[in-house]
Amino acid sequence: MTTVTMTVNGKPVSENVEGRTLLSTLLRDDLRLTGTHIGCDTSQCGACVVHVNGEAVKSCTMFAIEADGAEVSTIEGQANADGSLNVIQQAFQDHHGLQCGFCTPGMVMTTASLLKENPKPTEAEVRTYLEGNICRCTGYHNIVKAIMAASGQDVSAIAAE
Amino acid sequence: MYAFDIERPTSVADAVAALKDEDAQALGGGQTLIPTLKQRLAAPSKLVSLTGIADMQGIANDGDTLRIGGATTHATVAVDTADTYPALADLASHIGDPAVRNRGTIGGSLANNDPSACYPAVALASGATIITNTREIAADDYFQGMFTTALEDGEIVTAISMPVPEKANYQKFVQPASRFALVGVFVAKFADGVRVAVTGASNEGVHRWTEAEDALSADFSAGAIAGLTVSADNLIADLHGSPEYRAHLVKVMTGRAVAAAS
Ligand SMILES: Cc1cc2nc3c(=O)[nH]c(=O)nc-3n(C[C@H](O)[C@H](O)[C@H](O)COP(=O)(O)OP(=O)(O)OC[C@H]3O[C@@H](n4cnc5c(N)ncnc54)[C@H](O)[C@@H]3O)c2cc1C
Ligand code: FES
Ligand code: FES
Repeated sequence: MTTVTMTVNGKPVSENVEGRTLLSTLLRDDLRLTGTHIGCDTSQCGACVVHVNGEAVKSCTMFAIEADGAEVSTIEGQANADGSLNVIQQAFQDHHGLQCGFCTPGMVMTTASLLKENPKPTEAEVRTYLEGNICRCTGYHNIVKAIMAASGQDVSAIAAE
Repeated sequence: MYAFDIERPTSVADAVAALKDEDAQALGGGQTLIPTLKQRLAAPSKLVSLTGIADMQGIANDGDTLRIGGATTHATVAVDTADTYPALADLASHIGDPAVRNRGTIGGSLANNDPSACYPAVALASGATIITNTREIAADDYFQGMFTTALEDGEIVTAISMPVPEKANYQKFVQPASRFALVGVFVAKFADGVRVAVTGASNEGVHRWTEAEDALSADFSAGAIAGLTVSADNLIADLHGSPEYRAHLVKVMTGRAVAAAS
């Protein structure tokens, strides 16, 4: 066992992990932050996306030891300080960007990365950026709409009104 | 996954020493290796992470050649070569998805030599040199068939020396489920001739299409390859495409790459 230390959503944490412990396992099983979902466990679906040092990664495809010393943020750290939904989360709610909600944590985390890199993406850029995030419910249109809205853009032209 | 330890050395020398242990294996971005470990298709006793080695990170430009550290992520290549080698940046920016690009490394991709991977195509077409902890290997000698390279056990790809062509372009026909290339063609035009590398098509992995290189070296236009045919012999057959379909795509993608080269 190795002791790893990192900050998760701004709080310092320290845990004993095995070499093979995935970051997703540390977050979900040790820290009980179960908002990070495991959809496939084969780096296909993106439900497990978190940020490590500000970059989106699939936490099912990174070892906990590799995050030693890092700043990690998960869906649990996304709400505003007063507990209200942040702009992205609110836009997903307003535009019905989720149905079962299983993919949503990964969608929100990926969206946060997108808007940091590209504050006003086109619809095509949004769809391309979401290539690693699979949703089995919505058909994506309302997710794209939510992201366009979160970036302060007009959503009236987006399909599946 | 079977149990293993992870070491995180900060120098190539320490990594080489750590890899001397029996059943030790290098860990790049883990985007291929971790899924492999989960399927228990590999059982290393120890993983030696290369991503903390500063000497293996980043890109240096000495005018007509880029030196790319072996642990540089696809995302960094995509951003940092946008001005110096746009076709390489474009290739890197279309590997997998953003999260894969934030972790996956060029050295890991070249060491793995997946028959449908993108980096082998740019390395072979550019006439790159693969630099390891012990030697320098020309791309023409490095790629030795599907998932096979000239690397010895425990040898680390520390950097890639990538000559920058006058014009280049990569055309990837995406296999939409995996986002790998169903067929991808990288065309690179140098002052002394054109190199064409094909990925995704052959049971032998990445390879050069020499007839197209000759035709394009004489006349760099999409029309120059119009009369050529690609043999379907030994091309990959799977549920995504027959050998004949891939042979057709090789020619179409080559033509598109020539037309788009800049
Ligand atoms: C969803 C998804 C989509 C993808 N799409 C594409 C795509 O479109 N195109 C594409 O080309 N690839 C694609 N990939 C593969 C991706 O590019 C991987 O990052 C890459 O193949 C392996 O790099 P890595 O750094 O993750 O290596 P790892 O997975 O860590 O290692 C792979 C192998 O290389 C060895 N190794 C790692 N680094 C070195 C080194 N420096 N020297 C020697 N040996 C080393 C390891 O021991 C292991 O055997 C995709 C992967 C996923 C999960
Ligand atoms: S659970 Fe990590 S990508 Fe699906
Ligand atoms: S809302 Fe159900 S998977 Fe996306």
